[in-house]
Amino acid sequence: MRATKRKFDFLDIILILGMILPLVAAIMLKVLFTPETHGVSITGALIFWQTDTPIGKLMITESIVNSWAIVMLISCLAVFLTRKLSVKNPSTRQAFAEWIVYHCEKLVGGNMREEFANYGPFIAAILSLSAFSSLSSLLGLHSPTSNINIVAAWASLVFVLITYYKLKLGPIYYIKGFAEPVVILFPINVISEFATPVSMTFRHYGNILSGSIIGTLIAYALGLLSNKIFGFLPGLLGDIPYLRVGLPAILSLYFDVFSACMQAFIFAMLTMSNVSGALPEGYIPKIRKKHRAKQQIVN
Amino acid sequence: MIELAIGIILGGCALGAGCAMIAGIGPGIGEGNAVASACEAIGRQPESKSDVTSTMLFGCAIAETTGIYALVIAILLIFVAPGRFVNILTEGIKAAKESGLI
Repeated sequence: MRATKRKFDFLDIILILGMILPLVAAIMLKVLFTPETHGVSITGALIFWQTDTPIGKLMITESIVNSWAIVMLISCLAVFLTRKLSVKNPSTRQAFAEWIVYHCEKLVGGNMREEFANYGPFIAAILSLSAFSSLSSLLGLHSPTSNINIVAAWASLVFVLITYYKLKLGPIYYIKGFAEPVVILFPINVISEFATPVSMTFRHYGNILSGSIIGTLIAYALGLLSNKIFGFLPGLLGDIPYLRVGLPAILSLYFDVFSACMQAFIFAMLTMSNVSGALPEGYIPKIRKKHRAKQQIVN
Repeated sequence: MIELAIGIILGGCALGAGCAMIAGIGPGIGEGNAVASACEAIGRQPESKSDVTSTMLFGCAIAETTGIYALVIAILLIFVAPGRFVNILTEGIKAAKESGLI
């Protein structure tokens, strides 16, 4: 018999508020700071606050605020899902959390070598951060992934990981790796090393940015078209852009929902294949050797 | 005279954006080939539909990259570059007037 228990307690409510409030705050900030314009305009992220530092201008932009809101949302969601774990009496929440963990482990296990079995959390973090950031444009927010700097930060993280694993066999082996198969190809190999994060950045950011720009342009064009068609109606009735209702949503389904999830998945897949391919073939981790020795002693 | 210069800048940026988007041909052909092969594979083995579809989508997204590069360049040329170039032009003219060259 299932024990009767309260479904939500105080901390749960705080966590749910912690998921919703940052997004509401971001929307409020956007509404407060948007300058009064007529018609549709394509601009970059809004600048909330800026100051001069010796290095250059320090700006708090919409992208930074939104990405922190997304980080808050994901952290609160993770804590919310993993509260009150129990072996005997799992709740729906726990089942959902286990489903997520199981699928992330499966994804990592299927695409990376067995040395990287503990990469599940990292890949899940990248996947959820990217997907939620891109999907935040559904709420009318400027999605953080349409800013090149934020995606470039994630890609440079991947670059650091790749270099770390390539350096596992020592710096000489690392430099020698560039001179393969012929020494003349050295500069080209160095360029291709830097091309990996750059291409990851541009792929993700270009897709999301182009989606938002095309959506805006089509909304603008539909507004003009409905002005031409329904402009003869008297007074206020003629000013309402009828065609803009609903029609851009169909495109948004592709550009905002499908493309966002697809790009998040591709970013995670590329991260996995690049990091996994960076480890030299002949490398045997030292921890495993110790582990094996211990096991032999136990046996 | 400065109006003519600004007009040339805007026209050059628009032409450049249009030329950049010629790169859209490549991904179009490539993705068409990929989808055609995927359709053939599904026709031959309908039970492997989900695997083929996911692999095809992944490949398509990779093949799209060059087109996206071109799109980014076109977007920069249309929305960012004209303002920058006009700023450079006006500042240059101002500096030249101050130093007495014009």
